[in-house]
Amino acid sequence: MSKNGIKKASRHVNQNEGLIFERSSPGKKGYRLPPLDVPAVDPQKILGEAARQDLGNMPEVSEMEIIRHFTRISTWNYAIDLGMYPLGSCTMKYNARVNEVVARLLGLAEAHPYQPEKISQGALRVMKTLSDCLLDITGMDAITLQPAAGAHGEMTGILLIHAYLQAKGNPRKKILIPDSAHGTNPATAAICGYAVENLKSNSHGMVDISALASQMNEDIAGLMLTNPNTLGIFEQEIHKIADILHRKGGLLYMDGANMNALVGKTRPGDFGVDVMHLNLHKTFSTPHGGGGPGSGPVACKKALEPFLPKPVVIEKPDGTLGFDYNRPQSVGRVRMFYGNFGMHVRALAYIMANGYDGLRQTTEDAVLNANYIRKKLEGDYELPYKSPSMHEVVFSDRIQAQKGVKTGDIAKRLIDYGFHPYTVSFPLVVPGALMIEPTESESLEELDLFIDAMQSIAREAEEDPELIKSAPHSTRVSRLDETAAARKPVLRWKPNQAESAGE
Amino acid sequence: MLREIGCKSIDDLFAPIPAEYRLNRDLKVPRQMAESEIIDYFRQRADTNAAGYAVFLGAGAYHHYRPVVIDSLISRGEFFTAYTPYQAEIAQGTLQAIFEFQTMICELTGMDVANASMYDGSTGAAEALLMAVRVTGKKGAVVARTVHPEYREVMRTYTQHQGLPITECGYLPNGRIDMAELDKKIGNDTACVLIQSPNFFGSIEDVAGVADLAHKKGALLVVSIGEALSLGIVRPPAEADIVSMESQSFGVPLGFGGPYAGVMATKEKFVRQMPGRLVGETVDRDGKRGFVLTLSTREQHIRREKATSNICTNQALIATMATIYMTIYGREGLKELAAQNLAKATYATHEFAKKSKVLFQGSPRFNEFVIETKEDPHQINNRLLEKRTIGGFPLSKFYPELGNASLWCCTELNTKQQIDTAVQAVGQ
Repeated sequence: MSKNGIKKASRHVNQNEGLIFERSSPGKKGYRLPPLDVPAVDPQKILGEAARQDLGNMPEVSEMEIIRHFTRISTWNYAIDLGMYPLGSCTMKYNARVNEVVARLLGLAEAHPYQPEKISQGALRVMKTLSDCLLDITGMDAITLQPAAGAHGEMTGILLIHAYLQAKGNPRKKILIPDSAHGTNPATAAICGYAVENLKSNSHGMVDISALASQMNEDIAGLMLTNPNTLGIFEQEIHKIADILHRKGGLLYMDGANMNALVGKTRPGDFGVDVMHLNLHKTFSTPHGGGGPGSGPVACKKALEPFLPKPVVIEKPDGTLGFDYNRPQSVGRVRMFYGNFGMHVRALAYIMANGYDGLRQTTEDAVLNANYIRKKLEGDYELPYKSPSMHEVVFSDRIQAQKGVKTGDIAKRLIDYGFHPYTVSFPLVVPGALMIEPTESESLEELDLFIDAMQSIAREAEEDPELIKSAPHSTRVSRLDETAAARKPVLRWKPNQAESAGE
Repeated sequence: MLREIGCKSIDDLFAPIPAEYRLNRDLKVPRQMAESEIIDYFRQRADTNAAGYAVFLGAGAYHHYRPVVIDSLISRGEFFTAYTPYQAEIAQGTLQAIFEFQTMICELTGMDVANASMYDGSTGAAEALLMAVRVTGKKGAVVARTVHPEYREVMRTYTQHQGLPITECGYLPNGRIDMAELDKKIGNDTACVLIQSPNFFGSIEDVAGVADLAHKKGALLVVSIGEALSLGIVRPPAEADIVSMESQSFGVPLGFGGPYAGVMATKEKFVRQMPGRLVGETVDRDGKRGFVLTLSTREQHIRREKATSNICTNQALIATMATIYMTIYGREGLKELAAQNLAKATYATHEFAKKSKVLFQGSPRFNEFVIETKEDPHQINNRLLEKRTIGGFPLSKFYPELGNASLWCCTELNTKQQIDTAVQAVGQ
C-alpha cells in the first residue's frame, strides 16, 4: 500500500499487478469439471501412505483474474510484435500467424507420439517434407529433427563426430573452437568428453589459417565453426579450413546460428562442412517464446548417417512413412519421441510461405539491412573489423567508453527509444561489443528510426553521459540489482515474504 | 538502399562467398504459397492423422483437457514473440511468469528451488544425473528399469563419454523397484539412484524407502516424474534430493511428442550445481520489486566449457502454458482433477480385470495400469482403431519378458462409454 493510502499505485492499469499468489483466496475457482461418470473413489483407501494431503500455496483465483493477471504482466514485455529486435546471432524475425494456426490443427496438435504409424501419416509427412527442404538448403545428405534446440543440436553433431571417428578406430581427444564462438560450443564439447582447444582469429576477424594448420593434428577430432562467424564475417577461406581438417582426418562442424545469411545463396555441404545444426527458432521463424521452445535439427554427410539418433523417418516400399529404429551404429536418443514437432510444422509453413525465390530474397534483404546499418553508423561507433559484413555487424563502444559510457549502457538507453537492445558484450573478441542483426523483417522506415536512435545516443554520450548510464528511464522498473539477486537468491515466492514486502 | 551503401547490385554483398560455392540454381523447396494454400496443405496432413479418437495411451505423454484460456493468453505476441529475458527491464512479464512457475513447481514437488525449464522430462532426467555426479563427486548411477525406456536411452546418450557407468535395477511383481537388488547395486561410487514415480508401469514407488537406502550409502536420490498431474493427489517426493519432471500434462498439447517442458527442482544447498536458467527476485533503483535471470555463473555463456550444462534455449513458453494451467486448476482443482483420473483408472482396472489379467497388483497406482491379454495387444488395438479408439501401449517393444502385456492410461477425458468399448474389444 502506498503512503497516501491509495492501493492503486499508478493510474496506468498495468503498473500494479502483484504475484498470482497474492491474489489468491480460498474458494475462488477458474475451472469446472464434468460430473464423474464412474464411481468415485476414496484416494486415501487406494493410495494409502502415498496419498497427498494438501497442495500448499497453489493459487485459488477466478478465470477473469487469471486473464487480467497474465495480460497485465505480458504488457511489461518487449516483443517482435512491438518493434525491432536487433539482437545479433539471435535472428529475431517476424513470426507469421499462419504458422500458429496450422500448428494448432487438431490432427497435428493432438497426435499422441505412440499412436500407430498408419494414423500418423500426416505428421510423418510434415517431418519428411521439412527434412527434404532442409537437406537441399544445407547441401547435406541426411538429417535428424530430434534435437530440441541449438545447443542440443551441437551435442548431437559432436556425438556423431565422436561415433564416426570411434568407428574408424580413434575418437580423438580435442575439439578446436575459435575465440569468437558461442558459449554453447565449448560447453557442448565438454559434455561429449572432448577437451577444448582455443583457435585465435586473425586481424580480419577470420580463422587464422596458418595457426589452424600448425594446431591441427591427429589428436583433434574437429573444429566447431560458426559461418558467417559471430562478427558477421563470412570465412572466405572456408575451403582451406575444411581441407586442413580433412587432411588430418578431422571433421568440420558448423554452428548454423547464422544460417540466415546463407539460405539460397550458398550451401555448407558444398563448402566442406561435414555436420551442422540449424536453429529453426532463428532462421526458420519459429517463435522464441521468451526463451523457447527451439528446435535444432542436425544435418550431415553420408559418412555420418549411420550414427544419427534413432528413430529416423523412412519411406517404406508401399509409399507410406514410418520410423526406423533398427540403427545399430546410432549414437542413441538425444530426446524422447521425435523432437519439438510443433516447431517442425511452423518451420515448414515458413518455407512454404517463402518458396525458393522468397527464401533467397529473405537472405538478400537480411544482408542488405545489416550493411545499411553498418554504413549509417560507422562514423558514430567504432567498427573494429573492416571485413565485409553479412547479416550482422559488430561495433565497439571504444568512442563512447572515453566518456564512461559502456555497451551495456547504450543498450539500456536504446530501450528508451523504443527498441530492444542489440546483443551486448559478445563476441568476446571485441571488447565492449555491440552486435546488431536487423533481419530481413525490418522495413527501411524502421531501420532509419533505429539508426536515428543510435546516432542520438552517440550524441548524448558526448553531451550527457549520465543520462545513458542511468537508463532506461521509461520502463516500469529501472535498472535491477543483479548483484543482490545473485548474492542472496530468492528463487520462489513464500507467504511470509509477501507480508514483509507489503509494508 | 544499395546506392546508399555504395553497391551496384545485391550480388556485391555476397562477394565474400567464393564464386565456386555460390548456389546458382533455385532451392528444391515448394514454390511460394498463399496463406490459404498453406492452411489447405496442413489441413490435408492433419486429416491423414488421427483426430477425435478416444485415447488410452499414456507412457510419457498424457491426454488431458486444455482450458481455452491457455492458448488465448500465450497467443499474445508479448509472450510468444519475446526473446529470452536477458534485458530484465523490458521482460518483466516473462520473468514474473517464470518466477511463478518456479514457485508452483516447488509447492507441488516439495523441493526448495526449481529452474526455469529443461527441454523435456528425458533430457531433464539425464541432466539430473549429471548434476548428482557434480554434487557428490562420484561416478556412476543406478537407474530403475521401471524408468521410461526412452528416458533411459537419453541418459545413456548423455553419459556415454563421461565415464559414468549406469547400472539398471529390476522390478518386483508389484511393479516397484526391487529393493534387495538395489541394495546390492549401490556401490561406493554411486552418485545417485534414479527412479520414476509413478513409474513406467503406473506404479507409485516407495520414495521414502528408496531414499533411506540411497542416503544410507551416501548416494543421492533423483525422482523423475512423467505424469505431472499425479502430484495433485500423490504425496510429493520430498525425500528426494533432485526432482526432474515432465510438465506436458499441465496444459501442453500432445503434439506428436513435443514441444514439452522439463523442469528440475532440488534442495537449496544444491542450487549452484543446477543446470538451466533461474529467475530471482530483486529490486530496482527505487526499491521496487522486479525479477532477473540470476546465478548465471553456472551457465555456458559465462563459464563456457566449465558450465553445469550446455543448455541455452529452454522451453519458456511451454513453462508459461504450464503456469497458466496450474493457476486455472490451482489448489483445489488439481486435486479434483487428479481424483477423477484416479477414479477412471480404478474403474477401468476393475473392468479389464474381468477380461484379462491386471499385472503389478499390490502397489498403489495413479492413472496407468498394465494388463496381460491372451491375444497380442497389437491385434486388439487394430480392432479398436475401427471404433476410433487408440488402445494401450504394447510393452513387448521395451520389455520382451512381459509378452502380451500392454500399458493403459485413463484420464478425465476417457468416458465410461469409451472404457466399456475398450474392455469389450479385449474380451472378443
